Amino acid sequence: MSFIDGLSSIQLDALREVGNIGAGHAATALSQLLKNKVIMTVPRVNLLSLSEACDFIGGPEQPMVGVYLRVFGEAPSKILYLFPKEQALFLAGLLMGENSKIRNILGELEVSALKEIGNILTGAYVNAFANFTGIQMLSSVPALAYDMVGAILSAILVDLGEVGDYVALIETELTACELNISGHFFLIPDPGSLGTILEMLGVKGECQNSSGSKCPT
Amino acid sequence: MPELIRVKMSDIEYGAAPDVLVTLGLGSCIGVCVYDPFLQIGGMAHIMLPDSQLARGIVNRGKFADTAVPDLVEGLNEKGAVKTRMIVKIAGGAQMFTMFGQEDKIQIGPRNVVAVERTIAKLGLRLNGRDVGGHSGRTVYFDLSTGAITIKTLQTEINL
Repeated sequence: MSFIDGLSSIQLDALREVGNIGAGHAATALSQLLKNKVIMTVPRVNLLSLSEACDFIGGPEQPMVGVYLRVFGEAPSKILYLFPKEQALFLAGLLMGENSKIRNILGELEVSALKEIGNILTGAYVNAFANFTGIQMLSSVPALAYDMVGAILSAILVDLGEVGDYVALIETELTACELNISGHFFLIPDPGSLGTILEMLGVKGECQNSSGSKCPT
Repeated sequence: MPELIRVKMSDIEYGAAPDVLVTLGLGSCIGVCVYDPFLQIGGMAHIMLPDSQLARGIVNRGKFADTAVPDLVEGLNEKGAVKTRMIVKIAGGAQMFTMFGQEDKIQIGPRNVVAVERTIAKLGLRLNGRDVGGHSGRTVYFDLSTGAITIKTLQTEINL
């Protein structure tokens, strides 16, 4: 069973646009924070099996820093930022000011700075999203982990396994070229939220595919 | 040449010496390894959740502790393995994020550990080794020539 067949192209476009708006605002916030130009890719909307989703580009053993937030409200979701360690440390150093030396360890200070970056980006995202869809959203306190990317992703996606075998991932890459920083931004709607979001965007009834399978709401 | 057999999330895979079963980047999931040293065959399950009662709709048996572990043992039985010879080792069940608010109560890693151990006991099997809990992701290699398990985290490497 492939869920991607269950979404019409207009629905995929709508979700891509949701990712676009969110990541766009997050990119603007990041660019203000870094005082540097941040570009973003066109969002990818992927409907993957849970095990595929954990097969991150470069393999599940790749070490990454993940900043994870829950979004509460009418369309509960998860937000995850992934950065390679060196780049995460560089980011943290930037936030802590020019006077602070970039240390090569992920200490309490760095963790706190990175969580704050997660907070700021998510705040920008959630606001934009709420304005666009009219769905009220509130983000949680961020949590951080530095580990194999497969372990990070699986720990976040595991509760989706109670409902099904598939997950909707809306993924955007954020890159600050001059600083050589590149991170991944994921929006992962909870199982019921995909339907809510599509409904708010006015494309819920657009599900029409040849196989006649139902929308993954 | 020994073959590296990848065990993906909610899969159960079997093999025989000299193959190596491997699961990469276990977080809150658990790798359950069962080995018959006489036949040099074994299997690994990569379970995600503790209880199939939690599932809504169709149950993927490889996903849950209470269904995957019996299936794994049954599968090895069919290949000639005998329960009394079986060596059982588990790894995983970490809590990747130090959580906040209500999610604190539903730490899936520790719950997976409890569920897997309960199921193993229910099947009348003895647990011969475990490396569970903590806050680190694990990669597990299960060498079917010896039954040895190697667990790697970003910082450490241990053998069971």
